[in-house]
Amino acid sequence: MAVDVSSLGSFLLRRLGSGALAVLGVSILAFSFLHIVPGDPVDHLAGGEATPAQRAQIEQCMGLDRSLPMQFVHFLGDIADGSLGHQCPDPKGKPTVAARIAEVFPHTAELALAGMLVAVIFALPLGIVAAIRRGSWIDTLATTASLSGIAIPQMMFAPMLVFLFFVTLGWFPGPTETGLAALVLPAFAVGTHLMAMLARMTRSSMVEVLGEDYVRTARAKGLPERQVLLVHALRNALLPVITVAGLQFGSLLSGAIVIERVFSRPGLGTTLLDAILERNYPVVQGCVFVIALVYITINVLVDLAYGLVDPRIRRA
Amino acid sequence: MKLSVSAKIGMVMLAVFVVLGVFGPWLAPYDVGTRGIDLAHRFEGSSGAHLFGTDSTGRDTLSQLLFGARSALQISLIVVAISAAVGLTLGAVAGWFGGAVDEVLMRVVDVLMAFPGILLNIAIVATVAEPGLGIMIAALCANGWVGYARVARGQVLALRERDYVKAAIALGAGDARVIGRHLVPNLMAPALVQMTFGFGGVILVEASLSFLGLGPQVDYTWGAMLDQARTFLWKSEWVKLYTLVPGLAILWVVLAANLLGDGLRDWLDPRQRGRG
Repeated sequence: MAVDVSSLGSFLLRRLGSGALAVLGVSILAFSFLHIVPGDPVDHLAGGEATPAQRAQIEQCMGLDRSLPMQFVHFLGDIADGSLGHQCPDPKGKPTVAARIAEVFPHTAELALAGMLVAVIFALPLGIVAAIRRGSWIDTLATTASLSGIAIPQMMFAPMLVFLFFVTLGWFPGPTETGLAALVLPAFAVGTHLMAMLARMTRSSMVEVLGEDYVRTARAKGLPERQVLLVHALRNALLPVITVAGLQFGSLLSGAIVIERVFSRPGLGTTLLDAILERNYPVVQGCVFVIALVYITINVLVDLAYGLVDPRIRRA
Repeated sequence: MKLSVSAKIGMVMLAVFVVLGVFGPWLAPYDVGTRGIDLAHRFEGSSGAHLFGTDSTGRDTLSQLLFGARSALQISLIVVAISAAVGLTLGAVAGWFGGAVDEVLMRVVDVLMAFPGILLNIAIVATVAEPGLGIMIAALCANGWVGYARVARGQVLALRERDYVKAAIALGAGDARVIGRHLVPNLMAPALVQMTFGFGGVILVEASLSFLGLGPQVDYTWGAMLDQARTFLWKSEWVKLYTLVPGLAILWVVLAANLLGDGLRDWLDPRQRGRG
């Protein structure tokens, strides 16, 4: 199958363009957020007994003595030089915002990957079998399980996993521990919800595809059922599943904040929440920027993958 | 076609929640404020006096559950109503007029979608010094309308091309008449489905925010109860009960909303039947 290079190129450019626009929009939002928040950010850092000179120094450190447009240009400069800003009032003594984020990001990334793995490993077979054996007991089981998986709150499910597999059975390490084995329970806690969504998606997409004319044609021309299901049906059925999985992966990469809380794990979400509560604005800005960048990048990649697989999308 | 059995189950489950949410505080056997504190009976299990035991200050868990139901019901109803009203209006207007209006709306939607929902909610709650009911509702509505706007916009774009709408325009009907007589009635069904799912979604996010300490500053919201359980994770016998009570309550409501939403969608749109 020949790929139309020019249409692919313009599709790519269009997608990258709108992605870049969204990143710019979010950074403006993150920047203005600091100025919407009531209360003087200097108060939080200076404390009650600061002298005017100390206050002026903090203001200067944070760049608050400059005009608004200049402050935004400065923020863009921090993005360009890769530091994402400094933590005041002591920019030399504390790590840059980028360093603080780089410290927690591996934790977030490993949890996102592990959670995704758990979700995909269980969701695809479950959804496919449920669609093929529609109306059977296994379909009922899969449908019920995925509905419950969507509805179960992580704040209950995660502690229950800890009680069962750490406290009672002792199979896996519990909260605050590190290492690969300690990733198992958080990964299942994160992955279950996702698994439920993907299984549901896979099933409904597969059911739809199995009713298509090209599947009937494939069967009519005597292809083995295995080939019909795997080559003709599954490939098409997986398209919407890939989209949802990609979006969900993007949101996992921004930090599974509830799971991080339950397992006392560091992560991007927790760092953002802490920074917001401490009113540590440079860190808030940096986290918002990184999260948006990751999220949008994943979305663009998903769109591109989709466009590559399905030529119809490119012309849309 | 009749409503499916699972949808009816969902409806009954939801009705139970609504009844408990409305009458809960009057049914509650104990006070959930400072007067309910009973330090002699902390961390208790199930008993005749306290069906679901007590919390870390000796307050009755069942009473907290009932007061929490009121809080959850209130918040989700308000958030769904505001989000749906705003989202449906914006989406319908954008879909109908198209052009610049549509372009601006879709760019705003892009930016809101470029960021995970719950983190946006957290950021908004954090703009005030003291988290509370009002700011949480505002935060949930801030991105809650997007889903409704997309549904309305898509629906209106499709309806515009229908012959009866074109006929109405050809006969000289104004925008207001076409929107009011032809678009809105056709929007009702998908809007209702979206609201049912949205109701469950709001309950989950609201509980997560309360769990993170960003909800109304009371101890009896379901999220706050789960947070309290987490703080005493080492008291494992008590914690199991105190986690399950609010956790299963949330599961109950969200499951009910999803069952009903699935059923309504199939019922209102027979082409979707059996795909759920």
